[in-house]
Amino acid sequence: MTHGFLTKNPSVLIFLGLLALFTLTVTLLSNAYGVEVISTSMVKTLGKTLCLCLIALAMDLVWGYMGILSLGHFAFFGLGGYMIGMWLMVARTREIVLASATGLPMTPQELNDAIATQIFGVVGTSQMPAIWAFAGSLPAQLALVVLVPGLLALGFGWLAFRSRVTGVYLSILTQAMTLALALYLYQNDSGLRGNNGLSGLQNIPGLDWAGQDRLSVWFLWASALALGLGYLACAFTVSGKFGSVMRAIRDDEARVRFLGYPVEGYKLFVFTLTALIAAIAGALYYPQAGIINPAEIAPIASIYLAVWVAIGGRGRLWGAVIGAAFVSMVSTWFTGGRAPDLNLAIYTVKWVDWWQVLLGLSFVSVTLFAPKGLSGLVDLLAGLRPPQRRGAPLGPDDGALMEQEARQ
Amino acid sequence: MITRRNLLMTAAAAGAMSMTGRIAFAAGDTIKVGVLHSLSGTMAISETTLKDTVLMLIEAQNKKGGVLGKQLEAVVVDPASDWPLFAEKARELLTVDKVDVMFGCWTSVSRKSVLPVIEELNGLLFYPVQYEGEESSKNVFYTGAAPNQQAIPATDYFLKELGVQKFALLGTDYVYPRTTNNILEAYLKSKGIPAEDIFVNYTPFGQSDWSKIVADVKALGADGKKVGVISTINGDANIGFYKELAASGITADDIPVVAFSVGEEELSGLGAGDLKNLVGQLAAWNYFESADTPENKAFIEAWHSFIGNDKRTTNDPMEATYIGFNMWVNAVTAAGTTEVDKVAEAMIGQKFPNLTGSMAEMLPNHHLTKPVLIGEIKEDGQFDIISQTDPVPGDAWTDFLPESAVLTSDWKDLKCGMYNTETKTCVQLKSNY
Amino acid sequence: MRSLLLAFATSLALALPAAAQDAAPPVPVATVQTGLAAVIAQNAGAIAKPSRQTIAPVIAALGQAGAGAPDFLQAWADKKLGARKSDGAIFRVTKSADGYALADPATGADLGTAAKAEIAEIKPNAGVRGLIASALIQFQLSDPDPKTRLAALTALARDGAAEHLAPLAASIETEADPAIKAQKERLLGLLTIRFGATPEARVAAIEGFGADLGLDFRAALNPILATSRKVFNEAPSGNVALTLTPGKPGFSEAEAYDLLVTEGLAPKRLSSADLRAALESHIENNAVGGVPVTELADPGKREAAYAALEAAGKVPAGATDAEVSAAVAQTRFADIYAEPDPTVTDAAKAALDAVSLKVSAMQGADLTLDALSLASIYFLAAIGLAITFGVMRVINMAHGEFITMGAYTGYVVQQFISDYTISILVALPLAFAVTFAAGVAMERLVIRHLARRPLETLLATFGISIALQQLFKNIFGTQARPLTAPEWLDGAWVLNDIVSISYIRIAIFALALTFLGLFLVVMKRTRLGLEVRAVTQNPSMAASMGINPDRINMLTFGLGSGIAGIAGVAIGLFAKVTSELGADYIVQSFMTVVVGGVGNIWGTLAGASLVGGLQKGIEALNPSNTLAAQTYMILFIIIFIQFRPRGIIALKGRAAGD
Repeated sequence: MTHGFLTKNPSVLIFLGLLALFTLTVTLLSNAYGVEVISTSMVKTLGKTLCLCLIALAMDLVWGYMGILSLGHFAFFGLGGYMIGMWLMVARTREIVLASATGLPMTPQELNDAIATQIFGVVGTSQMPAIWAFAGSLPAQLALVVLVPGLLALGFGWLAFRSRVTGVYLSILTQAMTLALALYLYQNDSGLRGNNGLSGLQNIPGLDWAGQDRLSVWFLWASALALGLGYLACAFTVSGKFGSVMRAIRDDEARVRFLGYPVEGYKLFVFTLTALIAAIAGALYYPQAGIINPAEIAPIASIYLAVWVAIGGRGRLWGAVIGAAFVSMVSTWFTGGRAPDLNLAIYTVKWVDWWQVLLGLSFVSVTLFAPKGLSGLVDLLAGLRPPQRRGAPLGPDDGALMEQEARQ
Repeated sequence: MITRRNLLMTAAAAGAMSMTGRIAFAAGDTIKVGVLHSLSGTMAISETTLKDTVLMLIEAQNKKGGVLGKQLEAVVVDPASDWPLFAEKARELLTVDKVDVMFGCWTSVSRKSVLPVIEELNGLLFYPVQYEGEESSKNVFYTGAAPNQQAIPATDYFLKELGVQKFALLGTDYVYPRTTNNILEAYLKSKGIPAEDIFVNYTPFGQSDWSKIVADVKALGADGKKVGVISTINGDANIGFYKELAASGITADDIPVVAFSVGEEELSGLGAGDLKNLVGQLAAWNYFESADTPENKAFIEAWHSFIGNDKRTTNDPMEATYIGFNMWVNAVTAAGTTEVDKVAEAMIGQKFPNLTGSMAEMLPNHHLTKPVLIGEIKEDGQFDIISQTDPVPGDAWTDFLPESAVLTSDWKDLKCGMYNTETKTCVQLKSNY
Repeated sequence: MRSLLLAFATSLALALPAAAQDAAPPVPVATVQTGLAAVIAQNAGAIAKPSRQTIAPVIAALGQAGAGAPDFLQAWADKKLGARKSDGAIFRVTKSADGYALADPATGADLGTAAKAEIAEIKPNAGVRGLIASALIQFQLSDPDPKTRLAALTALARDGAAEHLAPLAASIETEADPAIKAQKERLLGLLTIRFGATPEARVAAIEGFGADLGLDFRAALNPILATSRKVFNEAPSGNVALTLTPGKPGFSEAEAYDLLVTEGLAPKRLSSADLRAALESHIENNAVGGVPVTELADPGKREAAYAALEAAGKVPAGATDAEVSAAVAQTRFADIYAEPDPTVTDAAKAALDAVSLKVSAMQGADLTLDALSLASIYFLAAIGLAITFGVMRVINMAHGEFITMGAYTGYVVQQFISDYTISILVALPLAFAVTFAAGVAMERLVIRHLARRPLETLLATFGISIALQQLFKNIFGTQARPLTAPEWLDGAWVLNDIVSISYIRIAIFALALTFLGLFLVVMKRTRLGLEVRAVTQNPSMAASMGINPDRINMLTFGLGSGIAGIAGVAIGLFAKVTSELGADYIVQSFMTVVVGGVGNIWGTLAGASLVGGLQKGIEALNPSNTLAAQTYMILFIIIFIQFRPRGIIALKGRAAGD
């Protein structure tokens, strides 16, 4: 079966090959295992980009293949990050507390209090909130990485799909969900350190000896592996009958429903699956970024996700990956203050100021003129061209023949 | 007209940028100074000013012959108000550009994001903004105010000079107001103010609908006690707050408001019509542009000529940057090297005149001594300085929270930033983040 | 009785300086020179650097110094004094171009000029100014100028004291202005409640107010009812407010014991930190009381070790639970009024009870006003969005930026027209015109080409949104810009001390109503409205009837954007003008449209009322956290959509489409 799947989808193999090649190259050029051409901070950036590619895959699955424009997937990404971050903070702090302990050995209560004081001292409390109950255990917290976002997606999706909220309404509703979550996390009372978020996540407890040079490469490997597996899973989902139904729902939900398919079930499954992928991506992303705070899951982040996928080309998995990698890397370069100024005769364009304008406008032009995004370029090279459907429609409905089309 | 002025400003800033570029390509042995301030995003407005201040100070120092016979070279990066990016850029500055010192950060989150990186790579950071304290890193020098240099004296002023008996602590919901208000609550209770006379409210960033909160504050007066507001409201949310306050007819004599985050820049968002209703409201800082000293006059002149705009205001974090930079120069000169450990050692005990007529001294806990100034808002958007104390030593760990009261920081003798004076042990060498 | 009061007041005034002599460093010395000039000279140092805590005797001495004193005090409070740096002499100063014009502090006679560097201006702080104003009251109560009298009354309302009672009472008879007279009588009543000589007078004063809603009345009553919690060995004595039984709700046994501990009547209970410290100080041979140190991570073992130490007499015995109960049972607890006279406290309590119901009702009314105001703002912000969404099924993500554009238009207009009234009158139509043009341009260039692809339109307009937002930042900077309301919109409409609403909000409310009316007229009474309704219901059919749907779409989009521009000016007037102004309102606008239902202005109105009312309601339930209100409101809306997926007022039949 898998053999058949791979031969039917040669792009999967090509993608996995390129990913492996990329990972190997970066490793050989890194500080830790190679010739020290790529700095550790660059390795971290590349590793984080791979995680962003993974969530872009999820977005493509839910939007490009299923037609649900979710403006809230970064909520799941962020929750995944928060869940792993809680363990990282507690485990690291426990090491510090135990190292500095003197006198009597600590009772469990005292140890817990000491950890809480260290973690929550900066936000002015010293109580361990109830939601941190499992934070001391890695397996429990790893389970929560998928459980919490998964259950949120399941609950939200069930409510939304059941009442047949679709289209623009659904987009706004997902946006409201991520906004509500961000606002909730901004409150100190929510027990996740409010605006300060969780920080120092790059220091992995027990791996202090490894140093950031090596850790960054390990995380790159982990991210690449996750992306590879995620790609396989997504490619597998969209191929075959399940994928056909997904695309059918995207194109005409009512017809699929009348054919007897449980549309809501399909939607719920895909929505939850993509939430899980997003959560795993987040759990890998934030230990590389080092800090997570509620600003990360503000609605704007999820909208950018849609932008990446649209620019890369939705409805193709590799399109989403290219989009996420391209836009986020270019964005980093332009906003890093290192892009040379563009000196026009009367005005100097500083990219720090103008990059957003450029991004916004290029996004508009992509939606207007190149709905396939960057992956359309590949089509162009391969000689694939969409039919020219110009002229006025001949019939009243969407998708009716166009005048020129009819003439051909 | 507006556009043209802005164009001029942009052009001036661009000039500064290209100048940096030129210095960056200058060959030879230089001392690299990293500038880690957001140039885009929400914090850009505040932080860009500090970037320009550092560039101005570097330019002036280079004219004087640099440091240790070498020219200073600024490496400017843009963390774009994105907290994870601060950590990334700090790592880049330390490992790729190999800077000897960094000036940067504004928000506490950004500092907490950078901390693990600079402690891991043993960098040196000068942090120029007033903050909530509860921290003392070996690798950071805090040239802004700790709570006991801004919040506590302002509260004392309320208690003693204005006779306030009931307090409304209004803040934006993030770490600085949270911690500051916690400290103030404990402090007020220690001064005999009962818990029910302390009203605390947190609002989101950029809050604009203040009618309910202002009404709540007004209603506090029903007890017959004098009400005062201590505001840690951040940035432009203040504008809506002050407008609502003015509309409801509350004057500084009825309910005084002291703000810790409102300076000359924030007031420029209010028109003359609104300012006249705010006359007499207070702000507490360690510096006001209206300070009448020769040093301040020279600093303002240098700033205006560097930025090419006579209307740009100066503010407290700029003064903190100015003191920090000059102390660093002196410490490097004294140590004869830019090696971080030696410079950090030489930093302790450095003295440098501040801009308000007294002397700043770097303490063993990496905080400065600073005078506390309280100003009343005037109709022109400047402050009338009505109270100025002698320099107060900054306290890294507040005395008013039980967990922190036993902690002290001393990098000179104890070599520890978090030392428990009861158990006589160093709790930890690295910071909490 | 009045003479008694007077005598009391005078003796108090006389006692003040004497009492302060040993406390305050600046000592006003009673000398034979009684002139004002002498008093000023003696206290020059204190006058130049006054502190509220120490300046009272100086102000009292100045107040009694005779002719010229009120003028001098007034000049001091107005920051019109200066001290010569060389000798500290005090002058009245007037700033001139190159220095100061000096005048004698006591007489006001001209004393020439001084250079800027020679004089330090004296700036008393607000606390000192309050004391000065309070000292001036006695001179101002019968001043011929009504403004001065009013100023005195304001000062009296702020810092009234017992000694003001007599002069105030005396000044009422001669008061000619009825408004001021009424205010004086009210203040006299309030002062009598606080400082009246006899309980009867005070009770009468309290009863004279009835169920008055004034904040000042409650402010006078509440201190009378202030209580403190006290511990008694026998029956509680004093003016008892409430006897407390430990263990009953509101007063736990632990609280009772803590009270005993703070009163020093019982030993502290052993806290876990004390326990740990005690054990640590008795470690012998890696064991405490026979328990090995390594086992002391177990709380039970710690107790055992402590008990062993206790038995050996090495540590003091901690209070056990039984001892705590016994100690609490032996003692009586009560809340005692600070005010000794029960008739006064009873009258105050009765008055407050009578007022409190009215106060709650008024607070509800105020909250309703706030909610209405917020709803009108949301309505204004959302109406444009609702129009475009209703007619074209297009969500315009750049709607927020159109709001911002309107606000910045207002700001730019104010840069050219300095009269605020005219500038706002110009700004409103101009903002409409600018955003109308922007909306039409956007419709023609982008949205038209994405017809029937709503999700892509959403994303394309988002691209425009980020571009516009950054463009605003590049042009206007990220700093907030001032947009000032005309002076006649300053202040608030005040019904009483609880219910009030600022005029700007009323104006915005009126604006929202105007647009509601305008919209209804356009839609129901004009050709354009008819065509818009036709296109809304069925674009193809409308096109068959000779309506050009493209033109209608363009005009609707322009109209929606134009209203957003006007909303921007309105929002800028009461909040801040930054590039993020619109973005702050966009999510609420979406909520309003989604909750209200599309294609119907009444739906938008209902949505705005629900969102605004809900937000204020939740805020009132949880006053210390505004952020939580927003979170819960959004959650509520997500759930609300489950039950009415098409909003409160949904289109029915074919027009609803799908």
